[in-house]
Amino acid sequence: MPTEPTPLDLTADVVVAGGGPAGAWAALAAAQSGADVLLLDKGYCGTSGPTASGGTGVWYVRPDPEDREKAMASREALGGHLADRRWAARVLDQTYENMHRLGTEARYPFPVVDGEPYRRGVQGPEYMRRMRSWIRRAGVRILDHSPVLELLTDPSGAVAGVRGHRRQHDMAYRVRAGAVVLATGGCAFLSKALGCDVDTGDGALYAAEVGAELSGMEFSNAYGIAPAFASVTKTAYYNFATFFRADGSLLAGASSQGGRAVIAAELMRTGTVLCSLDQATPEQQAGMRLGQPNFFLPFDRLGIDPFTDRFPVTLLLEGTVRGTGGIRITDDECATTVPGLYAAGDAATRELICGGFTGGGSHNAAWAMSSGTWAGRGAARFAATLGGGSARRRLVATGEAGLRSGAEVAEEAILSVREQVHPYEKNYLRHGDRLRPALAELDGAWSGLRGGAAVRGAAAIRSRQAAAMVAHARWMYTSALARTESRGMARREEFPELDPAQHHRLTVGGLDRIWVRPEAGARQAVAS
Amino acid sequence: MIEIVSTERCVTCDVCIAVCPTNVFDRGPDGVPVIARQDDCQTCFMCEAHCPADALFVAPLRQPAEAGSPLRDEAHLTENGLLGSYRKEIGWGRGRKPGARLAVGPELGFARTTPRA
Ligand SMILES: Cc1cc2nc3c(=O)[nH]c(=O)nc-3n(C[C@H](O)[C@H](O)[C@H](O)COP(=O)(O)OP(=O)(O)OC[C@H]3O[C@@H](n4cnc5c(N)ncnc54)[C@H](O)[C@@H]3O)c2cc1C
Ligand code: SF4
Ligand code: SF4
Repeated sequence: MPTEPTPLDLTADVVVAGGGPAGAWAALAAAQSGADVLLLDKGYCGTSGPTASGGTGVWYVRPDPEDREKAMASREALGGHLADRRWAARVLDQTYENMHRLGTEARYPFPVVDGEPYRRGVQGPEYMRRMRSWIRRAGVRILDHSPVLELLTDPSGAVAGVRGHRRQHDMAYRVRAGAVVLATGGCAFLSKALGCDVDTGDGALYAAEVGAELSGMEFSNAYGIAPAFASVTKTAYYNFATFFRADGSLLAGASSQGGRAVIAAELMRTGTVLCSLDQATPEQQAGMRLGQPNFFLPFDRLGIDPFTDRFPVTLLLEGTVRGTGGIRITDDECATTVPGLYAAGDAATRELICGGFTGGGSHNAAWAMSSGTWAGRGAARFAATLGGGSARRRLVATGEAGLRSGAEVAEEAILSVREQVHPYEKNYLRHGDRLRPALAELDGAWSGLRGGAAVRGAAAIRSRQAAAMVAHARWMYTSALARTESRGMARREEFPELDPAQHHRLTVGGLDRIWVRPEAGARQAVAS
Repeated sequence: MIEIVSTERCVTCDVCIAVCPTNVFDRGPDGVPVIARQDDCQTCFMCEAHCPADALFVAPLRQPAEAGSPLRDEAHLTENGLLGSYRKEIGWGRGRKPGARLAVGPELGFARTTPRA
């Protein structure tokens, strides 16, 4: 399909879609490799995505062999032994370097502990504000409020640009580019978890439309603990919690780690779980206030003392934001299976370093900055090999559902995907008897989006999100059904044990017809 | 969700319109931003953090506050020091020390599991 002429016609060596930490580091690395870089964000680079609004612990480990060994070993079993030590070591090295550069080149004001900068975490607003000015100084052009709507390829199928819409100007745009980095984040299915509503899985859809593969999509059922009324999902601080039933009795077995299923079950049964952070000492309480000021906004603004009062909690879906699934990576520069297309951060699979379990806790932040750096460099190198001819390529549009069809049914599709993905009994406490009908509903929503008229103008922003979420959910549940065991975060009620014969990653892809298969390399390893 | 844009405090700098990740604001006829799409607010507090005039208030609820709620009452919020409180907490604004400088959280250790009674 040839593209229509658009009012805003741009060129760049490298386009970065998404301006969270992964996109920002990708843009920086590409620009510093000599590429002309354009960064496009659905929201605003500097405030958009969960890192900007949150604050994150970072997997920052000194390059001491013993510390490293400990850091890598700590999560291996939890992740179902699907992580790869070579990748983990690369991420630790790159993260160490990037955190130093953040302090020296971007002047991030790290706290000083025992005379040393303390680099095991960053405050989101400060981190991302500095990333934005840093990449601008490096020459990156930024277009905010300009969601990408589809990828453009050349006739050979190599990615050659993007098309999108500037929503505050109500104007379509097109960019010709040598290479594209997808750093659009994971998918939290519009759950209103802190900073996550910009993350609707768009990049995964665009990648699949040009034939890229995904991996780890069964590990996508992350739910964060939040006050029942609020958006702030900071599960780690509930390490200090005691949980109660509505009648005030103890909810035995409930915990922020390893006991969230108990909370989910009680919420399903009675709708109420209460909590108090009564296990934190006064020193720990003071540290929490300094470490994560926004954790306390809901409490302070409502006059609740979370350390002594009991308040209701809920579990909000964080999907692949804190799960591990995403676009499959095929080389050390975060290339995908499609020439000219790179992926970074939550948009890419994190199985390489986390296996089947992230749940946040520092690996994601480290992955975002490391994979971003590699993808940016890789994309710049790829663009450079094309030479001047790259801008003269004929462009082919690749976006389908929610763009060239689906105008009437987008809102319905959003409702449907929420109904099939948010409920704990479907996505969290999984069972084939509930996954199969949910998948059938999602397949129906997808068929609906494939029919009907094309979507015009700004409306496509929402309908593309709908299509991306439906596609995401179908890959998730197809993979979840294929894994007939419990490994990492992917648990099946009817298959509670780990099955040694399924010690492999699952690759998934396709749009109208979804396929899933064990990852080729891993399959050989299992066979041998 | 975002509840208040104080017409008294706002200096019409348009920063909130620019930084809101979900595009909740439009420019009002007098230059003061209006909350045009409250449903899209993801309660991320970012507009509040960036507003130089402490003119915004994000209620800490995933739903709109009820009519008559103190969370929609500018006088009440001003009195209780809640307008601009997040900005203060992260140490943004002239003469303040960045909160990031002090941001050392507690060691998290193992999660407590609620015991049997
Ligand atoms: C409350 C919370 C706390 C967390 N704490 C931690 C922690 O302590 N440690 C840790 O390691 N991890 C943590 N995480 C996870 C971490 O936030 C993410 O892994 C990280 O933000 C991923 O970065 P990213 O750049 O890949 O994606 P994001 O930060 O999600 O950024 C994606 C960007 O892409 C943009 N975008 C989306 N679609 C499009 C499109 N179609 N076109 C253009 N742009 C688009 C978005 O606007 C956004 O700016 C936490 C997550 C949450 C929700
Ligand atoms: S950021 Fe604050 S001062 Fe600036 S326009 Fe918005 S409300 Fe007004
Ligand atoms: S809280 Fe976040 S989403 Fe809501 S208006 Fe402010 S910046 Fe926008």
